[in-house]
Amino acid sequence: MKRLILATILLLPALAFANIGGPLLEQAHTDITNKASLQEGAKLFANYCLGCHSANYMRFERIGKDLGFTEEEVKQSLMYTTDKIGETMKIALTPADGVTWFGVAPPDLSVTARSRGVDWLYTYLLTFYLDPKRPLGVNNLMFKDVAMPHVLWERQGWQAPVYETVKDAEGQEHQVLTKLELVDKTNEKERVEKYRQDVLNLVTFLEYMGEPAKLERQRLGIWVLLYLFIFLIVAYLLKREYWKDIH
Amino acid sequence: MNNLLTATLGWMDDRFPVSQWWNEHLAHYYAPKNFNFWYYFGSLAILVLVIQLVTGIFLAINYKPDATLAFASVEYIMRDVEYGWLIRYMHAIGGSFFFIAVYLHMFRALLYGSYRKPRELLWIIGMFIYLSLMAESFLGYLLPWGQMSYWGAQVIISLFSAIPYFGEDLAIWVRGDFVVSDITLNRFFAYHVVSMPIILLGLVFLHIIALHHVGSNNPDGIEIKKQPKNEKGWYLDGIPFHPYYTVKDIVGVAVFMIIFAAAIFYAPEMGGYFLEQNNFFPANPMQTPQHIEPLWYFTPFYAILRAIPNKLMGVIAMGASIVVLFLLPWLDRSPVKSIRYKGILFKFALFLFVISFLGLGYLGMQVPTATFTLMSQILSVIYFAFFLLMPFYSVWDKTKPVPERLTD
Repeated sequence: MKRLILATILLLPALAFANIGGPLLEQAHTDITNKASLQEGAKLFANYCLGCHSANYMRFERIGKDLGFTEEEVKQSLMYTTDKIGETMKIALTPADGVTWFGVAPPDLSVTARSRGVDWLYTYLLTFYLDPKRPLGVNNLMFKDVAMPHVLWERQGWQAPVYETVKDAEGQEHQVLTKLELVDKTNEKERVEKYRQDVLNLVTFLEYMGEPAKLERQRLGIWVLLYLFIFLIVAYLLKREYWKDIH
Repeated sequence: MNNLLTATLGWMDDRFPVSQWWNEHLAHYYAPKNFNFWYYFGSLAILVLVIQLVTGIFLAINYKPDATLAFASVEYIMRDVEYGWLIRYMHAIGGSFFFIAVYLHMFRALLYGSYRKPRELLWIIGMFIYLSLMAESFLGYLLPWGQMSYWGAQVIISLFSAIPYFGEDLAIWVRGDFVVSDITLNRFFAYHVVSMPIILLGLVFLHIIALHHVGSNNPDGIEIKKQPKNEKGWYLDGIPFHPYYTVKDIVGVAVFMIIFAAAIFYAPEMGGYFLEQNNFFPANPMQTPQHIEPLWYFTPFYAILRAIPNKLMGVIAMGASIVVLFLLPWLDRSPVKSIRYKGILFKFALFLFVISFLGLGYLGMQVPTATFTLMSQILSVIYFAFFLLMPFYSVWDKTKPVPERLTD
């Protein structure tokens, strides 16, 4: 009986995870303890994202403190929208303007890494491609008919889709998008690698911004657990001492 | 010093039953000496209740129950309040751990027949605690004002409208509006932080009073109060709750806190089971998420609801799946209480019930397909069969003789 219950409980997670995750999602493998990566990501964020996307819950001062920037550095390389270091990352673009310009207001990015997921963001930023049918000329593999332009195109270059013709079970031919290729192939390998590093830095920063306490949480956790283990030993010895006279 | 303490206690005792209460409920409350693993979860549920109350106060200090500010105020707690992230995680994850403790506590009652005579009222008070806990967590889940908060509340409140004649009016009365809105958020906050905690505390008080009146059951299902007392005035198989079970429960607390802390510090989202990804999108009344599901502790009942194509019948089935638990003391007609002395029929039925409950819990999280709906229907039938057929199989079951004394 007990074994049956245990086996069922142990099998359940396997069932639950069986159908999660699309075929496309690339693993970002972020490391939020990497300060250099976080700093680069913060600069990319301020330069490329903060024009249209706010991060209303994130303070410049906190970024400086957590990422190891001096106040001067924060002011110079991150703060384009305010001169008060205690401010959050607000933008001048109003939601109404966003709707007029893009058809949709650009969402606040403070907790996007937690709502979309880091791997989703990573793949999303890698998979913009040219699509003449779209008003801004680009589409995205993760977010079909996305309203956002490919802001990082000058760092990545343009990608074009490669289609293949496949026959389905009924003999009908379909065009299937199989991969994306850089249009300009000069130094392709280095450029792809460099852009992947840019995107990795950016999503690492977004992950940090989603939960700035994460670093502290993981640092503190060890000590809490260590304390609790010692407490457990003491509690167990106390219990054993008292229970000696029972039975 | 000692004299002073004794004198103070004497002074107090003349005016308030301090010593009397201490003795009745701790020092001279005799519990069976063979409590096992399953007996930790009552005290652990109280521990989580206290954690929820304390962290809840600190959250309420910083939280704003306003549709335009709520989401931001939670992020403010997560970022700008000192250790706000810890308090918030303790509270949010504490909700899940509350249900873990309570489900294991209830399962213990199933295993050892703790709901049987003379503990029927104890079980029913416990069921009311469980109902209140469900209400409390449902109300609290709206407060972060994320997409899943909003749409979860929208779906569940709309269930009221399935009731004929006055259902629609009832749903509007609950929401205070035609859709879930700022008004709903404001009143849910009031219920969550005032009404429900008072009800919960009152019921927990009654639960403990009822328990101490009838005495604890045990893994053998033997009434130790029917035994003679030894020279110390203890029942033969009983031991004073304090110090023996207080020191033992502290060990349970330590193990529980280790698991709780591991979740808080290293897996607060628990892959979306404790904190859902979708709830990090602020509530948007104009955009319905593709897939709305409650948190894991409601999914077995949600699966029963969805298993039935007719909305009203689904709501009735979901309600019945909880009401039937209240009847348990009268459905079980076995001559023995504990699973240790029950026969293969009951063991097999309980095994099927566990499968159906876990299975429904899994199915309640999935996008419903034809296969999944069929599986939900089969498991729902098993779920109800466990209870409704119990008066028969518990009688037909070949039970073993129950010994006079505890066996371990």
